[in-house]
Amino acid sequence: MNIQLRYFASIREDLGLASEAFVTQACDAAGLLSELRARGGAYAQVLAEGRPVRVAINQVMARADTPLSEGAEVGLFPPVTGG
Amino acid sequence: MARVRIQTEDFDVGAELADLRAGDLRVGAVCSFVGTVRDTRAITGAAADEIRSMELEHYPGMTEKAIEAMIDEAHQRFDFYEARVIHRIGLLQPADQIVFVAVTSAHRGESFKACEFLMDYLKTQAPFWKKEQTPQGAQWVDARVSDDAALARWGIDANNA
Repeated sequence: MNIQLRYFASIREDLGLASEAFVTQACDAAGLLSELRARGGAYAQVLAEGRPVRVAINQVMARADTPLSEGAEVGLFPPVTGG
Repeated sequence: MARVRIQTEDFDVGAELADLRAGDLRVGAVCSFVGTVRDTRAITGAAADEIRSMELEHYPGMTEKAIEAMIDEAHQRFDFYEARVIHRIGLLQPADQIVFVAVTSAHRGESFKACEFLMDYLKTQAPFWKKEQTPQGAQWVDARVSDDAALARWGIDANNA
């Protein structure tokens, strides 16, 4: 399915990219992260297992098993530090 | 006035508090919190701890939704009238105001609790990120486990830090 990826904070900086269209075979947030890691290069480093990466699907915080849907906006970012 | 505002401009706490309860004669308590930019050198005395400035980034759209949802959740838990959250973004200097949370209620207990709940929620669930300019260069601020623990007191798993 087609999704739109958006990157924020250190993840945006380390990838050198704020957003991109992506075609995924994954059905949930954890599956998408594995798929992105498998692209290698900066993706493998920035999204490496054990690094804290938070996922929002359609602008709502997601868990590992939160499902993806066609046309979803998926935000990837480090733990939040506002307030 | 909107319950949630994300803005680069500063805010006037007195004016916001007056506006929040204006004309509402049910109100007997107003509780507010203001978060400000610290210069950690002023605490430790070590030159290396200087915070020269702070840049705040957020996720436009999601931020507003997340904070609206947390105010709705607060209404489920506490008996208060109005709440307002203002969060600044962009470049800030030491001593600048960052965040404002205010709650009105009939009695103090509910507005104290709702105000603290909203701040605990915001720290770990609203998509903001701080980057500090230090003598060692620019550094993204790390999330704190203690902020997750603060939200856990309300029975919510922050899953952030």
